[in-house]
Amino acid sequence: MAKRIDVSDLNVYYGSFKAVEGVSMTVEPRSVTAFIGPSGCGKSTFLRTLNRMHEVVPGGRVEGKVMLDDQDLYASSMDPVTVRRTVGMVFQRPNPFPTMSIYDNVAAGLRLNGVKNKKTLDGIVEQSLQGANLWTEVKDRLSKPGAGLSGGQQQRLCIARAIAVQPQVLLMDEPCSALDPISTLAIEDLVNELKNDFTIVIVTHNMQQAARVSDRTAFFNLKATGEPGRLVEIDDTTRIFNNPAEQATEDYISGRFG
Amino acid sequence: MSTVTGVSAADELPQPDGKKPRQGDRASTGRIGDRLFGGAATLSGVIVIVLVTLIGAFLVVQAVPALMNNSASFFTSRVWAPGGEQPAFGILEFLWTTVAASTVAMLLAVPVGVGVALFLTQYAPTWLRGPAATLVDLLAAVPSIVYGLWGLVTFFPVWKPVQNGIEDTLGWFPLLAPTGISGGTIFFIGIVLSIMVLPIVTALSREVFAQTPTAHKEGALALGATQWEMIRTSVLPFGRPGVISAAMLALGRALGETIAVTFLVSALADGSSWTWSLFNGGETFASKIANNAAEFSNPGKTGAYIAAGLVLFVLTFIVNSIARVVIERRKAFTE
Repeated sequence: MAKRIDVSDLNVYYGSFKAVEGVSMTVEPRSVTAFIGPSGCGKSTFLRTLNRMHEVVPGGRVEGKVMLDDQDLYASSMDPVTVRRTVGMVFQRPNPFPTMSIYDNVAAGLRLNGVKNKKTLDGIVEQSLQGANLWTEVKDRLSKPGAGLSGGQQQRLCIARAIAVQPQVLLMDEPCSALDPISTLAIEDLVNELKNDFTIVIVTHNMQQAARVSDRTAFFNLKATGEPGRLVEIDDTTRIFNNPAEQATEDYISGRFG
Repeated sequence: MSTVTGVSAADELPQPDGKKPRQGDRASTGRIGDRLFGGAATLSGVIVIVLVTLIGAFLVVQAVPALMNNSASFFTSRVWAPGGEQPAFGILEFLWTTVAASTVAMLLAVPVGVGVALFLTQYAPTWLRGPAATLVDLLAAVPSIVYGLWGLVTFFPVWKPVQNGIEDTLGWFPLLAPTGISGGTIFFIGIVLSIMVLPIVTALSREVFAQTPTAHKEGALALGATQWEMIRTSVLPFGRPGVISAAMLALGRALGETIAVTFLVSALADGSSWTWSLFNGGETFASKIANNAAEFSNPGKTGAYIAAGLVLFVLTFIVNSIARVVIERRKAFTE
């Protein structure tokens, strides 16, 4: 249920602006890969190219190749809708559908896939909420609005919603940046469990978080404002934080800039 | 949808410390500017309430004496003879025509208006959105007399054969039965009304659809929703209260529209038999009153028309109340 991502020489553009340049990397299945780097270095932009969400912004396009095992995500025959059903995403701010109940939020993706059977839905909803460590907190109020939960619970609800459709890969775009430390811890624990089943890519501004949750870390940077962001290096998290190959990485993680 | 309904979500949200939101007067610092502004705002609010109450009171006071002398049943009679020694008048025909024509208008205008709004906000290329929206708004600026003229001179000749065709094929259905009326029918008026209210529905729906938070839309898209599925799961639910408000505003306009309808209606002959057909003629409240304004010769007669106006007033009031109830009921899910 988890696949390898292979990116080769990817450029990302918004209109004529080149936002990210020349990224090549491999993301191993059933592992957590963290993207770190200063604001505006293109890590979120690059993340969004992994499920073609950058295309939602007018003018967003890529050059290069992204392979999910042997599937080319940018092949002309590939429908972005299919890509997004395979590669799920959790956003910076929890965004449960405000008009839907907790249950309907989790079931939303399944219903889009045409699952109608109540028993099947019940089963997957429970399983997904359990998978997101939220079940015990909400099992008695599944019909209540999802927007009524706390921020941390909402974010776990969004994770439950994302994993309910059984994606191969789960992308997380700074999933804890709007949360308090306790909720952050809950999400980090969850990421640790989820990597048994999914390939996880997480963007974070918090270097301790990257060190805590990830197996591999990619450091993004940009030469100067207005220049495209680049991947400086990607390596095992312990190496990046203890003995990085690049001076820029060393400077960033030791707090000399950023 | 604070811009539309006047109810802001923020009014109900608890403060970060969990307390109830601060009341208006407690937010005041007691400074002169605060007190002046607070006073002015309160005054405006009071004026609106007083005005509505006075209009209602005026209608009731004028209508009651006439109703006391009425020898026919006001709600169920189709007779309209408010003059003379034995006044007899009932509003059944006006009520039916008004409600039926407005319903037709809503059934046509709301889906089309919502569709146009979705097109303008979700599908149209960016360069087209501004100009097209302006064009729709311009429709709202067309005076209703122009719609009346256009309906009578241009649209009616086009519509007539269509209506004949429907009567020929679907005439067995009571609502579409042929009646022999050669002028404007309820259905025809409904169509013209729908064009008149279309910009209201479109403009307000467009506004709320455009405000759908990107986060909601991306949430749906990231689940693998197609564009239509994204609209269904995030844009439409988000815009729902706004669309309801828009429809109610439009319905209010349709119910009360006077000049275009007066132009187009075919008054029924006295004593003509009752039919449910939408291809029948008939006067609406507004057109009946407008057509007979010259007749307001004595208080009794005038009172009869004012009583009819009162019913229209209450009707729009009920429509608005229903809309509020519908919006309130889903409130927990819209914040």
